Amino acid sequence: MSDGPISTSPYLPQKGAGALLSVRGLSVEFGTQNGPFKAVKDVSFDVEPGKTLAIVGESGSGKSVTSLAIMRLTDYTGGRIVGGEILFRPAAGEAIDLARASDDRLRQIRGKDIAMIFQEPMTSLNPVFTIGNQIAETLMLHEGLGARQALSRARDLLQKVRLPDAERLLERYPHQLSGGMRQRVMIAMALACRPKLLIADEPTTALDVTIQAQILNIVRDLQSEMGTSVIFITHDMGVVAEMADDVVVMWKGEKVEQAPVREIFAAPKHPYTRALLSAVPRLGSLTGQSLPKRTPVTVIENGEPKLVGETREQDTARYDKPLLQVENLTTRFDVGKTFFGRVTHRVHAVEEVSFDIYPGETLALVGESGSGKSTIGRTLQQLVEPTGGTVRFAGRDMAAMSSSDRRKLRQEIQYIFQDPFASLDPRHTVGYSIAEPIVVHDLIQGRASIDRRVHELLEQVGLKPEHAKRYPHEFSGGQRQRVCIARALASDPKLIIADESVSALDVSIQAQIVNLLMELQEKRHLSYLFITHDMAVVEKISHRVAVMYLGQIVEIGTRQAVFENPQHSYTRKLLSAVPIADPQRERAKTRIDGEIPSPVRAVGQEPAIHRMREVEPGHWVAIESEPLQGAA
Amino acid sequence: MAGFILKRLLQAIFVILAVTLIVSFAIRLSGDPAIMLTGAGSVTEKDLENIRQALGLNRPFLVQYLEFLSGIARGDFGRSFMGGTPVSLLISKALPSTLLLAFASLAVSIAISVPLGVYAAVKRGKWPDQVIRVLSLVGLSFPNFWLAIMMVLFFSITLGLLPPSGMEGPESFIMPALTMAIILTATNVRLVRTSMLETLSQQYIMVARSKGLRDRVVLYKHALRNSAIPLVTYIGLQFGSLIGGIVIVERVFNWPGMGTLAFDAISARDYPVLQGSITVLALFIVLINLVVDIAYGLIDPRIRTE
Repeated sequence: MSDGPISTSPYLPQKGAGALLSVRGLSVEFGTQNGPFKAVKDVSFDVEPGKTLAIVGESGSGKSVTSLAIMRLTDYTGGRIVGGEILFRPAAGEAIDLARASDDRLRQIRGKDIAMIFQEPMTSLNPVFTIGNQIAETLMLHEGLGARQALSRARDLLQKVRLPDAERLLERYPHQLSGGMRQRVMIAMALACRPKLLIADEPTTALDVTIQAQILNIVRDLQSEMGTSVIFITHDMGVVAEMADDVVVMWKGEKVEQAPVREIFAAPKHPYTRALLSAVPRLGSLTGQSLPKRTPVTVIENGEPKLVGETREQDTARYDKPLLQVENLTTRFDVGKTFFGRVTHRVHAVEEVSFDIYPGETLALVGESGSGKSTIGRTLQQLVEPTGGTVRFAGRDMAAMSSSDRRKLRQEIQYIFQDPFASLDPRHTVGYSIAEPIVVHDLIQGRASIDRRVHELLEQVGLKPEHAKRYPHEFSGGQRQRVCIARALASDPKLIIADESVSALDVSIQAQIVNLLMELQEKRHLSYLFITHDMAVVEKISHRVAVMYLGQIVEIGTRQAVFENPQHSYTRKLLSAVPIADPQRERAKTRIDGEIPSPVRAVGQEPAIHRMREVEPGHWVAIESEPLQGAA
Repeated sequence: MAGFILKRLLQAIFVILAVTLIVSFAIRLSGDPAIMLTGAGSVTEKDLENIRQALGLNRPFLVQYLEFLSGIARGDFGRSFMGGTPVSLLISKALPSTLLLAFASLAVSIAISVPLGVYAAVKRGKWPDQVIRVLSLVGLSFPNFWLAIMMVLFFSITLGLLPPSGMEGPESFIMPALTMAIILTATNVRLVRTSMLETLSQQYIMVARSKGLRDRVVLYKHALRNSAIPLVTYIGLQFGSLIGGIVIVERVFNWPGMGTLAFDAISARDYPVLQGSITVLALFIVLINLVVDIAYGLIDPRIRTE
């Protein structure tokens, strides 16, 4: 174990002499039941002072392990650095090989010279300690401050990350803060000792897009103020384009390409990088076109790029008689009760929402957390009872239906959830799961015919009939989502509610699933209610778009109208917050502020219902009497 | 919070009612105190009848029960059938010894099981973890009366180091408290281990490590408090079985506590003493669980605000 300056490195004379961090030939191994597994193989890169290096890749690419290995946090996850050097130069001349540094030396560097922000702001902060305590802890440890001094520094830091009311925030606990606020606290904590290097592992992936824009902004501002170098781990090419100076692309544990950000986007060299970029949905790619469009996706097969799919306009919607009519739908939940069981507060999840879906049409329901979009989906699937309003399916009022008709309706409206793993029973074969709706609704009789149908369905979603005998854990995330789609198709539905169904998937998989959904729509004349927060995917797949904010639709119209002529301030805010996968674009954008207000209200405090006006045929916008809270 | 405590106190009243009703009823099925008082033989049925009359035992059960309840409400537990000592006096002598023993056992158990459980969790799957898990299983497998007798035989009879029985001075606590603690520790170690493993996989632990905190701080400040909820819950539940188990240990070590008091009262069909001591013990168990519920809030701010 050698500490301190190293001059004998075989790599040193070549490159990275001025670099803050030089990772050379890094390999990380994990012990598994099937022997050692190499998660990172011979990876090298440099981080220059004050610059941002993005490490991009999909799940399993080794990007997160790399980020943990830099601070040797892999030691705590069962990982072992089996090769290479991690040379860190906090000051001129002196380089420390973190791969070989002692635990004591590492602890001095962690949190002081190198700090880290993690993906899940909801679980990054310790729930039992106050915000102030957690920030002050770092300062007391590394800067030797007393408790009072540390707390006052913590307050300054909270102000730096633009958190209002910093003084009171110090006393609060993490659960009292929203995800965006917690991630800002996390940034304040990471930057407390003005580290030379900040490692951010997917820091905005779990956040709403307007909150993401705020966080990226803060990171960028503080970086230029403090001269911090940043390693930004992400799968989102839009974020890369907005943040990075240099990009390292990782694939299956290896670095496949490294280049300045403009070069990566303009002239990707490695086939994997090309595939990755071709799959990225780009906001604005359908500007000027009225119909959604399927485009081929590049996938890597046996190391070779291959173009899958066709270019085809999605002219499937038939606008004569609506399939689903939702009128003044309201769904509220009681929360907060007094000692005697009287309701004091309600979640106004959905308020007076009206829309239609036509046969063969995809209506996208977009909005951020708490907007009520998922509640609408669950209400239509009869998982939640509406508080008011009418829902008509094929002209028939759902409330007036008999229980057997309602059961029949469940067969015609199917649901695809966000998490394909959680929505499949791990103890049953996927064949069983797909056959279940057929058996439940008694659609086909006889084992052999059911099996034949399951095989057919598997082929339709791009899997093989023999997959029916396998269990969910034997599939990748994308394949599992295909299984879920097959199951949704099993009862031959007319409407599929897809609730964030592609949000958790890697982009190349996501692009393929979107194509599959569109292909199935054309073949089977399906209608989709596509619930998502991802505007770029919405642009690709939907005929019409409804934008939701705090339980109400604030804008609805054709995709082209809403995207190219957004009228409501919230729609505009949402569109401007989406990171664009194009580094040539101007980065300085309008600053977005504010949190999304809570839909929880005291009993008797009913929200005002927006009135809508028609700005062009079929394009309705809520009248904004006063600026929305939180919308700039 | 006040509403919550009020709810719990109402609950406690029902618990006490149920416990006293069952205890009072069951003991009356089991034999005649008059016979126990006089010893079999040289008394006439008339004498027995007089004794029953004097003790108020020939009134209907419900009347006796209600009288007992109204007595409790006034803080009067009645007098022992054996010698007429006020039950409250007997309890006030026995209760402290039992509580001292119970808390001493718990304290010893926590002092052993927390570091061992944390260590086992940190060394998950490695040999220290295996050893600790096997030892805890061994500890769990010993019946406490056997352990108690073996300790007396070894430490008191063979080595003559410790007093074999009674409660005199701090050294008399060692064996009874250890006997109880060993059994408790066996389960507590496993509980701490499992709970810590869960907490250590949380992201905020990685965050704490990324701040450069020492392992000790990460484990005992950041992780332990988050792991404490299941442990505190279990200790609350344990208290009930601890009280049950203490009867046996008190017998073996001739400990002048509630266990001994209740045991003797059963043997003598001494209704007031039995009813009184069981009621007080039940009250304590309810109280401990109330304290546990309040402790949740102190440990975890998320519970506090609900």
